[in-house]
Amino acid sequence: MTEQNQQAQLLLAKKLVQALESNDEVAADNILNEMAGMRESTLFQEVGRLTRQLHDSMNSFSLDAKMSALTANDIPDAKERLHYVITMTEQAANSTLGVVEDLLPVSNVLNEQASELSDKWDRFLAKDMPFEEFKMMSSDITAYFSQTKNDLSSVQTGLTDILLAQSFQDITGQIIKKVITLVEDLEQGMVSLVSLSGGQVHSENTVTTDDVLPGPVVPGVDDKSNDVATKQDDVDDLLSSLGF
Amino acid sequence: MKILVVDDFSTMRRIVKNLLRDLGFTNTFEADDGKTALPMLQSGDFDFLVTDWNMPGMTGIDLLKAVRADPKLAKLPVLMVTAEAKREQIILAAQTGVNGYVIKPFTAITLKEKIDKVFERIDG
Repeated sequence: MTEQNQQAQLLLAKKLVQALESNDEVAADNILNEMAGMRESTLFQEVGRLTRQLHDSMNSFSLDAKMSALTANDIPDAKERLHYVITMTEQAANSTLGVVEDLLPVSNVLNEQASELSDKWDRFLAKDMPFEEFKMMSSDITAYFSQTKNDLSSVQTGLTDILLAQSFQDITGQIIKKVITLVEDLEQGMVSLVSLSGGQVHSENTVTTDDVLPGPVVPGVDDKSNDVATKQDDVDDLLSSLGF
Repeated sequence: MKILVVDDFSTMRRIVKNLLRDLGFTNTFEADDGKTALPMLQSGDFDFLVTDWNMPGMTGIDLLKAVRADPKLAKLPVLMVTAEAKREQIILAAQTGVNGYVIKPFTAITLKEKIDKVFERIDG
């Protein structure tokens, strides 16, 4: 009860005593009515306060529900996603290293053969080569050309493979960005919970789990429902069913 | 042939550019989202657009919508190269008027096939 209220009640009580002492029944009745009204309004205020408290607790309950959705679904998903990032980076590193390991010997052999032939060619230009050896060199050169063509085409294929292996950076980047968003949501939720339990109600519904652009399909997470294309063939089938 | 490659990841732009060069397309330009790409397209007589979907600023699907809504660009062939793989997204892209759709990660052969198909259909 506020001090103002107390003062008013005290004043009314004094007036009531006066009225009773002077046998003024009408005035006494009026004063009693007024006092009852005051008590009612205090009651209303109390009910209001309780309602507010209930409302706040309800809010904190819905916040709890969001937090539990985060912990029950999104965090395990995030773990899967991060595991997938490890898998993808590992694959990219392995395929790059594999190609390099395959191609280094190829380029070594080409290099050796070229310097061997170039020595012979110099001797030929210096007119320091018997005819029999020249005939052999000619067939060596023919063989060298055809091998070089083959080897360089496998170098080309390997370089393209290395190039494509780098696409992991885009895919993993997108996945990691999503996990960062999740961590931020979690942080927001925890801040809201802390401020609630500290009595300062400041809950904004900032936790959003709706994803407008779902992004890369992480196996075991995003392909559970049947509404995603997990490979290019799925896309092609869908598009051709649309008349593409 | 003048080609614009739009992706917010610079590594992916480099990959696509290199693959295109391998296929004989050397006149390629880059943009990192729809907002930068659109004015380039409007002033640059491009023959082909390769775009990602999920980009900050302006997404690829919004860029596609803007291209189809612009009378000067409406007929520009557009290939979407994206990690977005929901059925409803692919359908939306098709309805918006995309000419080809490649999901990441993709192979050099897939990209070549889809580009060939885009131009086959246009020439035919």
